[in-house]
Amino acid sequence: MSDKPLSFQALFLKLHDYWSRQGCTIVQAYDVEVGAGTLNPMTVLRALGSKPWKVAYVQPSRRPADGRYGENPNRLHQHHQYQVILKPNPPNLQELYLGSLEAIGIDPMVHDIRFVEDDWENPTVGAWGLGWEVWCDGMEITQYTYFQQVGGLDVFPAAGELTYGLERLALYLQNKDSVYDLAYNDEFTYGDIFLANEQQFSAFELEVADVATFQRQFEDMEREVPRILASRGRQGQNLVLPAYDHVLKASHLFNIMDARGAIAVAERQSYIGRIRDLCKMCAETWVAQQGGPSAAQASDLAQEKAEFYKADDKFGSF
Amino acid sequence: MPQLLLELFSEEIPARMQAQAARDLERMARDALAKEGFLPEALKTFAGPRRLTLVAEGLPAAQPDRHEEAKGPRVGSPDQAIEGFLRKTGLTREQLTERDGVYFAHTHKAGRPTPAIVAEMVETVIRAFPWPKSMVSGTSKLRWVRPLRRILCVFDGEIVPFAVDGVASADLTEGHRFMGSREPIAARDFEQYQDGLARNFVVLDPEERKERIMDAARTLCFARNFELVEDEGLLDEVAGLAEWPTPVMGDMDPGFLDLPPEVIRTSMRVHQRFFAVRDPQTGFLVPHFITVANIAATDGGETIAKGNAKVLAARLSDARFFWNEDLKTRLENRLEKLKGVTYHARLGTMYERVERIAALAGELAPFVRDDAETKAKAVQAARLAKADLVSGMVGEFPELQGIMGGYYADKQGLDPDVVDAIRQHYRPQGPSDEVPTQAVAATVALADKLDTLVSFFAIDEKPTGSRDPYALRRAALGVIRIVLQTRTRLPLRRFASADLLAFFADRLKVLLREQGQRHDLVDAVFALGDDDLVRIVSRVDHLDRFLGSEDGKNLLAGYKRAVNILKAEEKKAALPGGEPVDMPNAPVEESALINMAGHIQLEVGKALDREDFEGAMRELANLRAPVDAFFEKVLVNSDIPDERDNRLRLLVKVRDAMGRVADFSQVTG
Repeated sequence: MSDKPLSFQALFLKLHDYWSRQGCTIVQAYDVEVGAGTLNPMTVLRALGSKPWKVAYVQPSRRPADGRYGENPNRLHQHHQYQVILKPNPPNLQELYLGSLEAIGIDPMVHDIRFVEDDWENPTVGAWGLGWEVWCDGMEITQYTYFQQVGGLDVFPAAGELTYGLERLALYLQNKDSVYDLAYNDEFTYGDIFLANEQQFSAFELEVADVATFQRQFEDMEREVPRILASRGRQGQNLVLPAYDHVLKASHLFNIMDARGAIAVAERQSYIGRIRDLCKMCAETWVAQQGGPSAAQASDLAQEKAEFYKADDKFGSF
Repeated sequence: MPQLLLELFSEEIPARMQAQAARDLERMARDALAKEGFLPEALKTFAGPRRLTLVAEGLPAAQPDRHEEAKGPRVGSPDQAIEGFLRKTGLTREQLTERDGVYFAHTHKAGRPTPAIVAEMVETVIRAFPWPKSMVSGTSKLRWVRPLRRILCVFDGEIVPFAVDGVASADLTEGHRFMGSREPIAARDFEQYQDGLARNFVVLDPEERKERIMDAARTLCFARNFELVEDEGLLDEVAGLAEWPTPVMGDMDPGFLDLPPEVIRTSMRVHQRFFAVRDPQTGFLVPHFITVANIAATDGGETIAKGNAKVLAARLSDARFFWNEDLKTRLENRLEKLKGVTYHARLGTMYERVERIAALAGELAPFVRDDAETKAKAVQAARLAKADLVSGMVGEFPELQGIMGGYYADKQGLDPDVVDAIRQHYRPQGPSDEVPTQAVAATVALADKLDTLVSFFAIDEKPTGSRDPYALRRAALGVIRIVLQTRTRLPLRRFASADLLAFFADRLKVLLREQGQRHDLVDAVFALGDDDLVRIVSRVDHLDRFLGSEDGKNLLAGYKRAVNILKAEEKKAALPGGEPVDMPNAPVEESALINMAGHIQLEVGKALDREDFEGAMRELANLRAPVDAFFEKVLVNSDIPDERDNRLRLLVKVRDAMGRVADFSQVTG
């Protein structure tokens, strides 16, 4: 590590610089609330279909249930994920990833970098993949996944997803114990910029948010998605992108109701299933819009999928 | 003889899958080679974080030629039959030979060069490899556990050329990701391969990696007068996470030592894969840990130790938060929350389950120990036993269920018996786990398991084949072990359906068989319909000894003879009812057996009432001589109908007297 550790801002700028040199398009964060960088349509939708795609962005990610009123040094209602998607994943993705660590000052001859099994899945968007959590001296700094399915559809060519937890990385690089003490840049601390956010949103999401209102809005979104999807734009296309925004909103509304403790254990699965169904509709429409796999290919994939699950069932590991 | 070396080099293979993958590779290669007529002199496989390796010694350069003789139709058979045989063998009629009026086909299969066979074998193995989960990557359709990067395949010093979905074979591998030369390493045989890897900081053999870890970790501990807390499962895992495993000792804030040691160890093991360290004198944990890094760091591991210590501190701070928060709520005040926890969609909530277990504990207690105190404590413990499921700590570490409940119960000042019962009620959790024997703990442990069994049997979720998702076999075995160890006289039928009773019988059979008992004897005793496991086991025990004796063996033969006669007669007409009588002119052997049978019936009955199985067996032994004599001298199937009927009545009497001890018809041999 250099003498002066990277500020939070310098950290994502370095990553932008590194991944843009690897041919990634740098886009801005999505402007609808999401729980993870994966949910950004730049990942969820663009991972599907056959077109190549390379993108990197910082995504503020909201987890209402993790809000701690700004009192816990490690838990945030909103943190920042650095998200990279490469489709198809290049054969040397691991090396590229390790290059990014060296770029931000992590020397693999001093730090213990390990790839520890972690199979990622996100049931609300019907997505899963195999990969690892990457450990640096025992700390998880990145989720590394080869996407296999999104929205219940096979991802082919496969896409590689790297999700860096920026706050954690910064805590480590700056050797700080509290996220609020991080240097955001030379002028501000992380707390200067985000502490008020944490305090107010924690109170809102854990205490103030009106469950009945959110419940109603959730149902509105649920009705809107199929209606928007069925509508046509000027070029005759289905309006899948606006429809997907409404899926994201439904997902966020659910997260807030959950944080308020308004979702009974028994209802949870049913809510997740409802969001997944909405997401699936969007994914299917998106793929069709991209000139997705022909019916014959689709059934071929469905067959493979069926066999995969059958084989898996035999080992009972899912 | 030539050697085959194969390495399938990939991105990091999950540690938990490696050992099985090595076994699968060995089995598949052996089978594939055997099918082609190869029997390698030695075949060994290795699995590690990035590679599966196989080395086979003593394969010939080529497959031996194979001659086969196939028998065909008789000479002069219809043309159709002969044509068919020719098609099957691929020969012409002139090529067939005749022997004893039958056509024979001799085929000669030239052996193929071994490399061709190896190439096929490797492709088959890769495509059919039984990874628990597999994936595709990039534009390739090839499925592997993680992307397959290289195939090294060398036979007799030469590359075996082939490609599987674009991955071409070569003689190249790679060393350690960071410490190695970062250039491909060439190897044309196993020795070169192993040397090349060792020079590039890869320990190939998982056993060697484990030894390396244990040696270094013990040395680190020893140097500071500590002792490593050994953990076999953890060792297996960390040996699968590093190619150059290098233990490093790090420090923990001693302030955390006031947390329960189980919490510290679980946090270390589950979250961080650390080994705990203790004081060899006191056995208490000391504020240090061992992490197993994948590099010998250039700064001697200082950064690694610090970084890991920081992560552990954050984890233990979380744990301390949970511990402090959990202690603020008494267990009984958590019960309401169990209403929100579904036990099983068709079995209601955890709250309802607790109600059932508490009621059951009350019913079971008098059988374990019949006093009011045991009952009251058991019901109290049963009500609180599941409360820790909604505590913060168990939410974080589900494996600490029960253990945390015990701590919380202790901290709130509950009776030590209640504390113990809460702590131990999940036990025994495996064949090597201890059984709770203290009365309150045993009662609650029984109630917990019986409720599971009764509930899942009621909704017809019974184990089938290898599927036992609710671990009902383990639960039944737990009940049996507790009942037997505490010698609890439990009338199981009062608690279990017929189905469940049969399930217990099966489990008991498995248990007794593992202890070397004959399972047919268990059947013979179970057939009597007894439901008291202690009595059943005692009876099986004595029956086994009796049937091992000379008298027992002979009596069993006599019994079988009697039963066979009765069976045959029963087919012709209903057997005569009533008691046999001592008829005038009856042979002395008949009279003697009638007397003895009457005596035995009485005495066996008395012995059984006393549960004196040894006595019952001893009485049975007295039957042996009269039975033998009877069959030797007396013809059952007499021409005189009265005589015949009387003798049949006698055999029925003998059968039934014996049948009170065990169903001897279930005994084999």
